[in-house]
Amino acid sequence: MTETVTVRVQRYRPEEDQEPWAQSFEVPYSEDLSILDALNQIKDQQDPTLSHRWSCRMAICGSCGVMINGEPRLACKTFLRDYRGKDALEVRALDNFPIERDLVSDISGFIDHLETVQPWLIRSDEQPVSAGAYRQTPEQMQRYAAFSQCINCGLCYAACPQFGRDPAFLGPAALTLAQRYNLDSRDEGASQRMNWLNAEAGVWSCTFVGYCSQVCPKDVDPAAAINQGKVASDINYAVNLFNILRGKDDA
Amino acid sequence: MRRSHEPIAWSLFGAGGMLLAFIGPGLVLATALLPWLAAHDPVATHAAVGALLAHPLGKLLVLACVVLPLFHTLHRIYHSLHDLHLRAPRRLMQLLCYGGATLLSGVTAWWLLLI
Ligand code: SF4
Ligand code: FES
Repeated sequence: MTETVTVRVQRYRPEEDQEPWAQSFEVPYSEDLSILDALNQIKDQQDPTLSHRWSCRMAICGSCGVMINGEPRLACKTFLRDYRGKDALEVRALDNFPIERDLVSDISGFIDHLETVQPWLIRSDEQPVSAGAYRQTPEQMQRYAAFSQCINCGLCYAACPQFGRDPAFLGPAALTLAQRYNLDSRDEGASQRMNWLNAEAGVWSCTFVGYCSQVCPKDVDPAAAINQGKVASDINYAVNLFNILRGKDDA
Repeated sequence: MRRSHEPIAWSLFGAGGMLLAFIGPGLVLATALLPWLAAHDPVATHAAVGALLAHPLGKLLVLACVVLPLFHTLHRIYHSLHDLHLRAPRRLMQLLCYGGATLLSGVTAWWLLLI
């Protein structure tokens, strides 16, 4: 007889459910079956009404983030074998986001935060295309390389207690992205982004819990990026104070 | 976006942490040795500590060793209580933590000046 695993999956269908509830499914166990494979199997063979997001199946697109036994994880990068022998295997929608349906979260607040920090190269004067690419040495790229690995999965937002309490907080990935561009030798937009970093909803809502960096599937280390942002904001504060004392306007 | 004034608290927190990291163990050792030295040779110990506190640089050192860790600790306590979901008005907690640190710093400075 094939071994099966019970997966408890959160269901929420706004047109008929008052609140989310858990439904159990039996899935045949296999060493190489990911949680995403299990969810797809449930949807294909047991209940076609189950809704969940996915695309690449290889930890690149960032769309399959869910809570697995209470931990924010990519369903495609987590395997049934990791939970073998555990009492339960429970999958639910990401914490700290409104649920749209079943395992699908409404992450629009997170996407808005990403856009807020203007995550693109800002130049005071754009070079014409004919002049070629903006050049950079490998050392210059190394400064921000790790922070540019983010796949916008939102796991760090599900992990962040400050974002959970105040969705206005720009949060780990957006602040990391701001730092990524501020560290880029080709960028000249740091002064614009600092306005956001300097605010309470910027780097200063972070109390260095650090769980964001633990759950990040791409080792981006957003907690380190935020701490670098704090140092930058601290210096910016001192410079601004100095300028005010010299009679210049508050920036 | 309004600028947060948290950098002031964070700088003091950082300076306190740095100070503790570098000379914290030395401070603990010195404090632990003091009673023993005092019991061994009360007159010389009293004179030595008195000389340290009489010198302006000595006063500054002792002030830094008290004030910075004070801000460091109360800053961490303030944010940890927030993380623990303590239900208290934000302003009141700020007044208690940072006001408390400021008051105790003032008292320390005053006491050092009196010596
Ligand atoms: S920083 Fe990491 S956890 Fe956060 S969105 Fe990017 S990849 Fe996901
Ligand atoms: S399906 Fe693309 S990251 Fe998991």
